[in-house]
Amino acid sequence: MSHVAEQSHAGFFAKRQGVYPKAVDGRFRRLKWVIMSITLAIYYTTPWLRWDRGPYAPSQAVLVDLANRRFYMLGIEIWPHEFYYVAGLLIMAGVGLFLITSTVGRAWCGYACPQTVWTDLFQHVERFIDGDRNAQLRLAQAPWSIVKLAKRSAKYAAWLIIAAATGGAWIFYFADAPTLARDFVAGDAALVAYSTVGILTATTFIFGGFLREQVCIYMCPWPRIQGAMLDEKSLTVTYKEWRGEPRSHGVKKATLADLKVGDCINCNACVAVCPTGIDIRQGQQIGCITCALCIDACDKVMAQVGRPRGLIDYTTYENADLERVGEPPKPLRSTLLRPRTLVYFSLWAAVGCVMLFGLGQRSRLDISAQQDRNPVSVRLSDGTIRNGYMIKIRNMEARPRPVSVTLEGLPGAVVWDEGGRRESAGREVRAIVAPDALAKLRIFVAARPGDNHRDAAFTVRALDAEGGSDRVEVTFEGPEQ
Amino acid sequence: MAENKRIDAPTGTETVGHEWDGIEELDTPMPRWWLWTLYATIIWAAVYVVLYPAWPLLDRATDGVLGWSSRGQLEQEVAARTTELAPLRAEIARTPIEQLPGNPTLLAAAAEGGRAAFRMHCVQCHGSGAAGSAGYPNLNDDDWLWGGDLSAIEVTIQHGARNPDHAETRTSQMPAFGRAGMLQPAQIEDLVAYVRTISRQQNASPEARRGRGLFVENCAVCHGPDGAGIRRVGAPNLTDAIWLYGEDAETVRASITNSRGGVMPRWGNRLDPVTIRMLAAYVHSLGGGEASAPQPVTPPVTR
Repeated sequence: MSHVAEQSHAGFFAKRQGVYPKAVDGRFRRLKWVIMSITLAIYYTTPWLRWDRGPYAPSQAVLVDLANRRFYMLGIEIWPHEFYYVAGLLIMAGVGLFLITSTVGRAWCGYACPQTVWTDLFQHVERFIDGDRNAQLRLAQAPWSIVKLAKRSAKYAAWLIIAAATGGAWIFYFADAPTLARDFVAGDAALVAYSTVGILTATTFIFGGFLREQVCIYMCPWPRIQGAMLDEKSLTVTYKEWRGEPRSHGVKKATLADLKVGDCINCNACVAVCPTGIDIRQGQQIGCITCALCIDACDKVMAQVGRPRGLIDYTTYENADLERVGEPPKPLRSTLLRPRTLVYFSLWAAVGCVMLFGLGQRSRLDISAQQDRNPVSVRLSDGTIRNGYMIKIRNMEARPRPVSVTLEGLPGAVVWDEGGRRESAGREVRAIVAPDALAKLRIFVAARPGDNHRDAAFTVRALDAEGGSDRVEVTFEGPEQ
Repeated sequence: MAENKRIDAPTGTETVGHEWDGIEELDTPMPRWWLWTLYATIIWAAVYVVLYPAWPLLDRATDGVLGWSSRGQLEQEVAARTTELAPLRAEIARTPIEQLPGNPTLLAAAAEGGRAAFRMHCVQCHGSGAAGSAGYPNLNDDDWLWGGDLSAIEVTIQHGARNPDHAETRTSQMPAFGRAGMLQPAQIEDLVAYVRTISRQQNASPEARRGRGLFVENCAVCHGPDGAGIRRVGAPNLTDAIWLYGEDAETVRASITNSRGGVMPRWGNRLDPVTIRMLAAYVHSLGGGEASAPQPVTPPVTR
């Protein structure tokens, strides 16, 4: 009756198999070191770079000023209404990932992803304290002792220091770094700074120390997306089974027995170094982040047994098929330059160019007008009609700017501001807008009663050397006749 | 189908005892954390009932041992805000109103305070936008019955208009020319024509020419020889475009026949002097305020 009852009593979740990757050296390991140093250096030093913007703006090169709603990136300053530049950057990042994936496969996962970089760093610390793979395995199985306790404490302490430094560096992107560092140490920083550091320290510690490859395999959506993005011309780390199989431990014995032997000596070096604990010889799989450490490990073994390198190597499915039947592989050029990658690159470059053009062209002076609604219009004693407007002038330059607001249309009408008087009013009002700020200017316009429901406009002009202007259209309203 | 309960081998859980076409249902117990959450909410509720007002009584609720109430919290917040604003109010109190424009920040703060007080005390007659209606002056325009500079507005708010029991109130009384028999209906028609001529609503006519003489005899003492009004007695300007009760002939005729005289409460006995000063600053800022001192020439830095 019940089919369930016939199944074995299996749990829903497999227990995690410990991964103790062995240290390895080689060309890709060295490349990883270089990329790790660069990415970590960018992360830790960026908030401390200075950039002179004059007396009215912060002098931090990269600053996300949430309190004042400004984003500074070197010479670029983004206001909240220009958030589409951030959206553009995200689009570029997305298309850039497509471009990278379609050409060099999961290079992001293998080299630049923070999860990979910090896990790599944590594993290095682990090897420094616990020893290499075999020592780690032994220690993991050993019963608790003073030595194990000491080693574990040392390791977790080292991880915590790195994690705290990671979380600690993050907050400097959101405030003036030297000031915040002083306040943070003195205990004067905002609660949100401490809680952010606390949360990021915890996530770094847990993700880098314990979750590691599980983040890639179970939590991250990107490997799934990439699975759909890779094609036959994308670089992947491939075990060349047509060259390696059949595997053999005793090559000489097998040769004597007249058995066909492959280059793979089944030494498991590729498995031992894998940071995600997979066997690349089983083929392409979601756990492979293409960090290429197995290539380094295998190359070393091939050199020792006197075989050519590259039994495990970066190659494409297409070239793998060619090599399998003994044909020469296509050059790398055909992987990099093909319609798909060119389309991605054009898209990526187009978004970048549009943004650069927009940044070059954008107005640093904005005007908007909100018409008084209660009352919409006021009849004055000489019979003319007055409208009131709240003019908002946005000065996006980091210096005070003198501006004029000029009325267009409505022949004979005059405009004055709260401090001015109608008797001395003309066609423009002047103000000085504070640096990097939105000025509110309440102004009045008086026009003939016949001008009800006429279109008009206000033009703001900067009266300094740089100039610049903006215009807003309004409708002059009056009582129904 | 009642009692087919059994232990399901793979999961070790009891079934509920029902079976539909071979499909059975496990009677899986509630997760522990869920159960504990339920208990925690029960404890929370018990603690809450003790600490905060909870059980409704006839006219109120039980006081919690913390003594908290939403009304009390409001009072605290109001008190805190009052303390915060005390220095500002003190500064407004010691600045004579005609000197407020010399301190634009203080003037703006006073006007903001006035905006709030206006919503409370003035909108009932003058409207939420201070645009008034027939009989209730529009405070946005540049026509003032009793004066439109800061001090004049402050005095008007302080003492009101035509308060019978207040000596200092703004007051005057227009005669009911028609009802009192001082003018005949035909004479009133001539006056209406004249008044509508000097306010440029209609062209000169024989009636208006006759009305001119009547005006000089009966009206000029308050409205001035040219009809431009006299603020000392609150007599409106009859030559401009603003008519408190309406500019059409019928309304003007009714005004002359029955007289007009709006009443405004005095606020001096209800509001403190600082609030009155702030109200004056707000009303003055609506666009029609008149200058009481020379204005600064340099454009202000606005932020």
